[in-house]
Amino acid sequence: MTTAPEVALSDCRDAWVDALIELGREDERIVAVVNDSVGSSKLNKFQDAFPDRVVNVGIAEQDMVGVGAGLANGGKVPFVSAAACFLTARAMEQIKVDAAYSQHHMVLVGQSPGMAYGELGPTHHSIEDLAWLRAIPGLTVIVPADPTETAQAVRWAAQHDGPVFIRVSRMGVPDVSPDGYEFQPGKAVTLRDGSDVTLIATGTVVSRALDAADALAEIGIDARVLNMPTIAPIDSEAIESAARETGGIVTVEEALTAGLGGAVSEVVVQRHPVPMRLVGVTDFAPTGTVQWLLDHFGVSRDGIAAAAREIVASRRTAAEW
Amino acid sequence: MTVEEDLVPQVHVEDVPNDAFGVIGRVPEGATDEEAVAHLRRAARQVRARDIQMVSAAGLGHIGGEYSVIDILVTLYLNSLNMGPELLGDPDRDRFILSKGHAAAALYTTLAAAGFINPDDLGTFMQPKSMLNGHPARTKISAVEASTGPLGHGLPIAVGTALAGKLDDSSRRTFVVTGDGELQEGSNWEALMTAGNHRLANLCVVIDRNRLQQGARVEDTNDLEPLADKLRAFGMEVVEVDGHDHGALRKVFANVPAASGKPTAVIARTQKGHPISFMSDNVAWHHKVPSEEQVKAALNELENS
Repeated sequence: MTTAPEVALSDCRDAWVDALIELGREDERIVAVVNDSVGSSKLNKFQDAFPDRVVNVGIAEQDMVGVGAGLANGGKVPFVSAAACFLTARAMEQIKVDAAYSQHHMVLVGQSPGMAYGELGPTHHSIEDLAWLRAIPGLTVIVPADPTETAQAVRWAAQHDGPVFIRVSRMGVPDVSPDGYEFQPGKAVTLRDGSDVTLIATGTVVSRALDAADALAEIGIDARVLNMPTIAPIDSEAIESAARETGGIVTVEEALTAGLGGAVSEVVVQRHPVPMRLVGVTDFAPTGTVQWLLDHFGVSRDGIAAAAREIVASRRTAAEW
Repeated sequence: MTVEEDLVPQVHVEDVPNDAFGVIGRVPEGATDEEAVAHLRRAARQVRARDIQMVSAAGLGHIGGEYSVIDILVTLYLNSLNMGPELLGDPDRDRFILSKGHAAAALYTTLAAAGFINPDDLGTFMQPKSMLNGHPARTKISAVEASTGPLGHGLPIAVGTALAGKLDDSSRRTFVVTGDGELQEGSNWEALMTAGNHRLANLCVVIDRNRLQQGARVEDTNDLEPLADKLRAFGMEVVEVDGHDHGALRKVFANVPAASGKPTAVIARTQKGHPISFMSDNVAWHHKVPSEEQVKAALNELENS
């Protein structure tokens, strides 16, 4: 079972809105576009500071993304913010055509992604988003792991002349970024070096991968841990190095394993095939809290460690042969 | 005006007849109404002639819906829009979005007539690596404000552009042309609601009301009527006009906004395939490619129109 957290947990939405307010003060082109999601996006403070710079189209996601593209055409820098499940599924063609194919400078902010809505069920979970969005050419897909990374990703996206999707977590997460961390798009972050196996994690569950590395260390397995904040474009070099240097990879995500897992697998099979395990969501979830659901799908300290042990064991068995 | 120069392909332009077509330019300053209409009629005739040659050469296209919208496009670009090649860098320029992106060849030909595209490049339509894709792409042509093709995208984008203009107190007006069948897409009605609620007087939605969609008459598919009432209920000021009458179109576009504090919806009554006798109001010509004889016949009719 997952050990009880002893560190402070943060809702990354706070970091998101604080960063947006700072940006709003620096650059009057910054606007927020929402689908009746001011509260759920924690944008109240932004709205208080800049009442004219929140465009609320109501419950109309296709319109919301199209309006965002039009605002970009009109010289604004729109942050289109809505629950990730509705933003991505409902407006997929607008994301593909109006944002990505059109290469508009706009930021899509998927709030409360993964299984954050827990007991509300699979209609409100956004587990498909990473797989869907990474399949769209020209769209940068970022999954911050903690408040520091969230704020930095928001700031980077504001000045990046192209479409960006950022997943902003509501589930409490501990800080995992190293001191002095600077987000770099498309770059993995080595949180812990190791030589026996690599755990590549993204977003809310990076801390669980770190916990699993501790558990593995207790049984003599030296695990490398990479935080992979950018799913597209993926850091192929870091993945190839991990495959060559540690001989096995476990991916860890709060999403269908066709997200990060699929992206990493594509690099591994083409550049340096090694055993892999993909830890993540594998089905529509049963009823439960997000923490319970993550454990249910094995996205836990024990589940991740078990996947890594399988890889190491298979390699040792092969060596004995 | 090409954004990506390397996208201009290696193609045999000489395979495509394109003599007799050059930059036509805007209606001259100070032209009388009669002179202006004559200029636009001549331009529309040339745009139609070039368009059917392009579709014939490419073996692909949507000639019916192009002929229904050409008079609207020509009137906007050569007369009504505050938009020209020299204004592309001006944030306050008017915006035009062709939501019915399948009428791309009509847009390209009009853009060439207006000086945004080199007329010689029209011969590359749909050729490998051409900037003239089967549906207009913003990243390939600087005068294209939004990539369109899938229906129901242009109107929400136009609402966003108009909102940006309102936030900035810009003099910009945004024009968007949708098909009528296209209005079956729900995203349009989401956008119309937003336009009405924000009282976007700087927005003009032009509906190319040719009453035919790809497979059948609109009224036999999913009827839009009473369209004007629906648009009024969403907060539009509705104007109806003959979409092939350049003089009437000029007046309507000059009069946008048609009512203070309200977006304008122009229902432009048109005919698919206009004015060619064997194409007009004929659903078969949605994306039928004309034979060589049909091209000749059409050019002959245009000559005498």
